[in-house]
Amino acid sequence: MAKVLMKGNEAIGAAAIKAGCRYFFGYPITPQNELPEYMSRELPNVGGMFVQAESEIAAINMVYGAAGSGARVMTSSSSPGIALKQEGISYIAGSELPCVIVDMMRGGPGLGGIQPSQTDYFLATRGGGNGDYRLLVLAPSNVQELADLVMDGFDLADEYRNPVMILGDGMIGQMMEPVEFKNREGKTIQKKDWATTGTKGKRKPNIINSLYLDAEELERHNEKLQEKYNRIREKEVRVESSNLEDADLVISAYGTTARIVKTAISKLEKEGYKIGLIRPITLFPYPYDEFDKIEDTCKGVLTVEMNSGQMLDDVKLALKGRMPAYFYGRTGGMIPTPEEIVKKVKEILGGDK
Amino acid sequence: MLNDNRIRVITGHYGSGKTEFAVNYAVKLARLGKKVALVDLDVVNLYFRSREKTKTLEEIGIRVISSSIKGSALDLPAIPGEVLSPLQDTTYECILDVGGDPAGTRVLARYTNYFTEGKYDMFFVLNGNRPETQTVDKAIEYMIKIEEVTQVKITGIVNNTHLLKSTTFEDIISGNKLALEVSKRTNTPLKYNVALEDLVSSIKDIKGEIFPISLYMREEWML
Repeated sequence: MAKVLMKGNEAIGAAAIKAGCRYFFGYPITPQNELPEYMSRELPNVGGMFVQAESEIAAINMVYGAAGSGARVMTSSSSPGIALKQEGISYIAGSELPCVIVDMMRGGPGLGGIQPSQTDYFLATRGGGNGDYRLLVLAPSNVQELADLVMDGFDLADEYRNPVMILGDGMIGQMMEPVEFKNREGKTIQKKDWATTGTKGKRKPNIINSLYLDAEELERHNEKLQEKYNRIREKEVRVESSNLEDADLVISAYGTTARIVKTAISKLEKEGYKIGLIRPITLFPYPYDEFDKIEDTCKGVLTVEMNSGQMLDDVKLALKGRMPAYFYGRTGGMIPTPEEIVKKVKEILGGDK
Repeated sequence: MLNDNRIRVITGHYGSGKTEFAVNYAVKLARLGKKVALVDLDVVNLYFRSREKTKTLEEIGIRVISSSIKGSALDLPAIPGEVLSPLQDTTYECILDVGGDPAGTRVLARYTNYFTEGKYDMFFVLNGNRPETQTVDKAIEYMIKIEEVTQVKITGIVNNTHLLKSTTFEDIISGNKLALEVSKRTNTPLKYNVALEDLVSSIKDIKGEIFPISLYMREEWML
């Protein structure tokens, strides 16, 4: 298939439909409205169903219901709307149901603004809802990767019976870029024998539930969940990295921020600096081990985010105190420029080379 | 460009590249010494609007009119009375950068009395690499819908077939073919073929004027 030009939000919709998603429940919020708009237009053409719910809370509970009956289902929102969905997300995680949730982050806290941010890192990776649960969190850096990760997201959700979050910022949702959709021939959706599809009098009912009033039983359920999260930690880490061996400094960033960082790195390389990059693609599971590849001679790791330092916590965990962890961030919807990052690096490394 | 009518309305499918075309058009006119006003009428989308480049444009001497409420990211469909100024003041070369799709062009209905034959041009910007306008039929459907909503006739087609910074000569040629077919079927002239400045020298034997542009709306780190 030839490349077409699409907005990130539209590409998510097209990728989801190609991955077999037939149900979308959502509630409008900028900057992700093109996605529900796309789904409302396209899902009926493929025998699917779009519902604009009365609220985010209603939408996530519709996802809960559809996922429980075995459907490939998706919802999307932006930060304040995702905050509202947390109860439902916790229920879905507790009931071990697959679904894909898209968060096109905007500035916060509260209603915040409508410009891009990365302030939901904690919410996404630490669980905004109650209980010891984890989401698989995927952080695309361009529209092509966004489309690829949406497709992979549905497969991962089914494989682990776990909600997957696509964590983008308003910029990647709004940005127009060339995209090509992967051929999914040969990929089959595995049969969901746990789904509530009707017993037809031939089997015991399947039950979808996150309530366990017996403490021992609930502990066993939690142990099972933790085993699953450990399997995910072992098998599903994705990361892009470069020049870690002899770097003067390593920069870590994800999403569109990582692209700005790459532009900054190429500017710095022209001036003779050796700068490495670690770009986590999965935020849970986090690529902690990748940081072990950084030599002790490196002066430190600079984390760049569109927030006040959230992934920074994971970078510190990964570094185990081996070297300093620096931070540069912009907030409120401001986007860092390559020049600002270059300046910060020079501050750390000391002057011009 | 100087033969186009004084009021130029830029419409098209959203994501067709209307704003980039409108900004480049305004800059070219200003550099020819004209008195130019660029009116950003996009109340549909809040990212990548021409008002984001107000400072750059004003430095070139272009009057930029957007919202009376300042703040490039405000989700308020507010249009100021000032829009009437360049529509009425015939000393201005006036460019209206309109929101995408029929929904975005709805705001134009308020100004239809200024769009009399011979006094205005309404361009339909066409990007053959956008899934919704890849075929002749789909493109014509968009043109008809836009005309229905605005009650104004489209007077020219702009072939803006591209893949941003990875656009090749072939994109422009295939877009030109599409645009010519749309032009024939709708009896609307193909006015311009938009091309990144670096690509202009590679384009030969193409029907319609070539309109070289540079990218004002894409940051250095974007594709």
